[in-house]
Amino acid sequence: MSARRIRISLEVNGEPVEAEVAPRQHLADFLRETLGLTGTHIGCEHGVCGACGVRLDGAVVRACLTLAAQADGGAVETIEGVSDSGEIADLQAAFEKRNALQCGYCTPAMLLSAQELLLENAAPSREEIRDHLSGNYCRCTGYHAIVDAVEETARQRRGGPA
Amino acid sequence: MKAPEFDYARPASLDEALRLLADGGEDARVIAGGQSLVPALNLRLAAPPVVVDIGGLDPLRGIEAVGDGLRIGALVRHAELARSALVAARCPLLTQAIAHVAHPAIRNRGTFGGSLAQADPAAELPACALALDAIMIVASRSGERRVAAQDFFRGVYETALAAGEILVAVEIPALGADRRFGFAEFSRRRGDFAIVGVAAAATKSGGRLASPRIAFFGTGDRPQLARAAAAALDGAANDTNTRKAAREKLAADLDPVEDSTASRAMRLHLAGEALEQAIDALWREAA
Amino acid sequence: MTERTSPLSALDRPNSYIGRAVPRPNLGRLLEGRGQYVSDISLPRMAHVVFVRSPYAHARIVSIDAADARKGKGVVAVVTGAELANVCTPWVGVLTHLKGLKSPPQHAIAVDRACWVGEAVAAVVAASRAEAEDAAARVLVEYEELPVTADMDDALAAGAAPIHPDFGDNIAFERRLDVGEVDAAFAQADAVAEAEFVFARHTGVTLEARSIVADWNPGEQRLTVYQGTQAPHMMQNIIARHLGLAEAQVRVLCKDVGGSFGIKVHVYADDMATVALSKLLKRPVKHVADRVESFLTDIHARDHRCKGRVAVRKDGTILAFEIDDRTGIGPYSVYPRTSAIEANQVVNLVGGPYAVKNYRARARVAFQNKNVTCQYRAVGHPIACSVTEGLVDRAAAAIGMDPVEIRRRNLLPDDCYPAESAAGMKFEALSHHAALEKILAMMDYEALRAEQARLREQGVYRGVGIASFIEVTNPSAAFYGVGGARISSQDGAAVRLDASGAIVCQTSITEQGQGSEAIIAQVVATAVGAPLERVRVILGDTDNVPYGGGTWASRGAGIGGEAAWRAGRALRDNILSVAAAILQTEAAALDIAGGEIVDAEGHARIGLDEIARIAYFRPDTLPPDFQAELIATRHYAPRKFPFAFTNGVQAASIEVDVRTGFVKLLRHWVVEDCGRVINPQLVDEQIRGGVVQGLGAALFEHCRYDERGQMLNANMADYLVPMAGEMPDIEVAHVETPTQESELGAKGAGEAGTAGAAAAVANAVNDALAPFGAVISEIPLTPELVLRAIGAIS
Repeated sequence: MSARRIRISLEVNGEPVEAEVAPRQHLADFLRETLGLTGTHIGCEHGVCGACGVRLDGAVVRACLTLAAQADGGAVETIEGVSDSGEIADLQAAFEKRNALQCGYCTPAMLLSAQELLLENAAPSREEIRDHLSGNYCRCTGYHAIVDAVEETARQRRGGPA
Repeated sequence: MKAPEFDYARPASLDEALRLLADGGEDARVIAGGQSLVPALNLRLAAPPVVVDIGGLDPLRGIEAVGDGLRIGALVRHAELARSALVAARCPLLTQAIAHVAHPAIRNRGTFGGSLAQADPAAELPACALALDAIMIVASRSGERRVAAQDFFRGVYETALAAGEILVAVEIPALGADRRFGFAEFSRRRGDFAIVGVAAAATKSGGRLASPRIAFFGTGDRPQLARAAAAALDGAANDTNTRKAAREKLAADLDPVEDSTASRAMRLHLAGEALEQAIDALWREAA
Repeated sequence: MTERTSPLSALDRPNSYIGRAVPRPNLGRLLEGRGQYVSDISLPRMAHVVFVRSPYAHARIVSIDAADARKGKGVVAVVTGAELANVCTPWVGVLTHLKGLKSPPQHAIAVDRACWVGEAVAAVVAASRAEAEDAAARVLVEYEELPVTADMDDALAAGAAPIHPDFGDNIAFERRLDVGEVDAAFAQADAVAEAEFVFARHTGVTLEARSIVADWNPGEQRLTVYQGTQAPHMMQNIIARHLGLAEAQVRVLCKDVGGSFGIKVHVYADDMATVALSKLLKRPVKHVADRVESFLTDIHARDHRCKGRVAVRKDGTILAFEIDDRTGIGPYSVYPRTSAIEANQVVNLVGGPYAVKNYRARARVAFQNKNVTCQYRAVGHPIACSVTEGLVDRAAAAIGMDPVEIRRRNLLPDDCYPAESAAGMKFEALSHHAALEKILAMMDYEALRAEQARLREQGVYRGVGIASFIEVTNPSAAFYGVGGARISSQDGAAVRLDASGAIVCQTSITEQGQGSEAIIAQVVATAVGAPLERVRVILGDTDNVPYGGGTWASRGAGIGGEAAWRAGRALRDNILSVAAAILQTEAAALDIAGGEIVDAEGHARIGLDEIARIAYFRPDTLPPDFQAELIATRHYAPRKFPFAFTNGVQAASIEVDVRTGFVKLLRHWVVEDCGRVINPQLVDEQIRGGVVQGLGAALFEHCRYDERGQMLNANMADYLVPMAGEMPDIEVAHVETPTQESELGAKGAGEAGTAGAAAAVANAVNDALAPFGAVISEIPLTPELVLRAIGAIS
């Protein structure tokens, strides 16, 4: 049966969530409007700017290109979740120290993308960092400081000097 | 920028999916990863009455060896394909091409079948399917049919998929140990759709390249085989005259359109450059 | 360069935070997704407005049938331009000091005619954005298409049909300037180089789109506006004026802002419609532009075609510049800053770094049926810099001189100040030569040239480009105020000691990520003598901060910072008076350091917390005639110079793939002089961000229109912004020439990066293509343009 309202149950930042959604609602709006998780930002709503990045079942995806209904049965992690758990505290500290953000609008998804890279590649080159972040638009920084902060976090995680 | 209203269903079996799709009529749409459909919905460029989510259909997942070839489920995500050792071993062209498909977050969600069914003429994977002579496995309520890649792509966002049909898997035929590949793409920025690109395959045969298949994307309304250029390369040695001859044939093979991204002359020129890079890669691999 | 005379001023005491790269205090919330952007705000009973927009570049609105739309689910109201005109009066975007500038009245929603694709013709208010969009699609608008004038040169052509018939032509503004003996200079020249430079139209693409929530409360007759804006007091005034309210009835709140760059300093019809709808409907109304709307209605910028000529002698002496600049600004001059400023700036800035006496300029600003243009980061600078530096490079090529050498011979000498440019710009003190020598050392110019020559033999085409520039910062009232706009050129700061001994500063500048909060905290902490972590900054609320201009035109640090400095010093004096009363000594014998009152020997005598406790809770213990004043307010506006000009130089190293036409950015360098650097890291990141906006213009960004006035790439897949993958690392260094006009000595730094980046890249590309005899005078430098220039395609 197809329907205009869909019941979904999923896990968001480790907590079970049950909701009824309109099929047309994308995951970013669901997180922001229904759950109040406004750290997930909306920049273009057509999948290009990367501001709406969240983790779905462990992989960073565009929340504006994922229907909330499609997240049924899944596990979503947002910037609020990874902040509260402390998972990316070192990356956040490196961003702060390096001023790798200005307006902060791209930052939550930028952090999630960077963390995804660091989990896959413990010693990424600057070029690899730029490549992995190439789908996350930042109008403020010019990217250099972001690359520095990610590189620095990788070095520290490998046991290098702070 | 919010999608118009539509009905949604997430069937648990292929049969159910096919029935829902058939019930939904001409304008019903299938969603898998959603990386092409959702932006179209958000921009209100698409307004289907019903969207059938095939994301729960386990038989459409997985990459398996079939004989010396491969069967790639329609729901295999780009990221999964990129990581697959089997694909890298048997069909490195796909491994190479997938790195050019959009950005990591899109590759984490977008699917192989979705990209082929979307049939964007500037996309990498349809051209790869063409170069690999892939077979599309298409299911409908009346059964399964197999469609060769060259018959599958029909135009801009147009395929041989009829209303009520779902692309369930793609078979890559056995390529042979001597099959070599080349891939080249020019896009303005990393991950952008190509201005022009090429996916090429040829068999190493002594000091020659035999049976080349050269598929361009971004040059027309669908991925296109450059048959005349391929003929010029078939059985020829690695020399500048051959490359020049092959490149000159592109004017006969391709009839690119002018749009706001590039002129016809620009596309033809870049197609020639892409061809030369692909030929270089074929020879490099053949060495 | 000029040095401050005093050996150790209050600015560089041992515990000074001035010049230190301290982290910004507001980053924690942004890093955790706990910022509050306007798009995050939701109020009880809030409705969402969506605009029905004209699909035609020029059309008469014959009729609007909203009956079907009104039946839509969730619909609150459908409102036409005529209906809204009863609530909100139209405006005219002119300034009196831009003589002759004309523009017709513009309504919040078009009343009888749409003049560009995207102009709103009706508003639909509904319970949700999605429902408003559903209903908007059901509003039936009958249009009668009118002739479209899209191209600026068509608009300017003799006999062109005027878009606004009452004006008789399409010239919104024209300026001519003729200084010195230009014709004689060209007659005496050994060589003349000329080109027509073409600058594509582009836009700001803030990642958070324009957003506003307006909340009219009829019970208290007050309108509260949450807006991502750079100028809250300007908006307060304008909203009040056009809604017929007193300013005191309007409160503008500006919380976190997802990027602005000048995009969010203008008055948008959508915003005025939203506040008017809130008043009309007596409930909160929200508008967040979607990305397509942003491309169609956020102000665009640039879109200039500028003919330029330079006269040069064989010895490298530049004798004269001459330019003829045209620009198209859309159908209206934008309110209240006008759309003539960019062309005016081009006239002001061309030739600015050079000791050239002869200069002729003409600028024409045309109405056309495209989206409006207005001030975006580095207004006019990239055009002036690209024209000037492009001409200087062409002059050098014409006489066979190295591009560095010709600059050495013509840049204003570092010891010539105060000086004035041919265009009449007044320079207090600049450092062109020091900056040039510094950048040459940073980039190792000679080594780059050697590498270039070596690679060229291998068929690899690299290029090096240099661009010197001047930058307008700290604008005085000469920018807008003298033209009649109620845009404050002064800023205020109120600094107080709270009851716990912490410091609170309310400032009229705003934060959009530059680091306003951080630098104000650093300035105040240093001025008072308090630890940085004990200083809190409040901004972005017209109810709670002193009156002031906000943050735009690189004025935050130089003007807002100076006000904060003076307020902080005043509070320090007041605190010392209290301390002196308590300690029964002279205030002059005391100082504040690290939050403690210290004596002449530096010994701590009493803490700020104790001062506060006594002053607030035990004033009975103070002398009977003594009243503690633990808040101090100061304002500051620059008066001696219309602008605090800064200067700098950029250099680019690039490689052109001559087979594909692709330009790869290898490295980029900047040396700039913004005077006193308050926080070097923030300045460097302002510059890097600005550079990348300039690099976007150089290679990618272009609002493409067809002859029907349709924007062809109004989405982020087709409008190419610079992304991490294509951008280079950017090295930044400084020369510091503080302005003597203020105690703090800070000038601005926000425009510098954008000002010179495209010029450096364009010069580098032409340097790389020199062996082909190819010269390109157009940006963005697309691969196709490169291939055409070298004859690879035709």
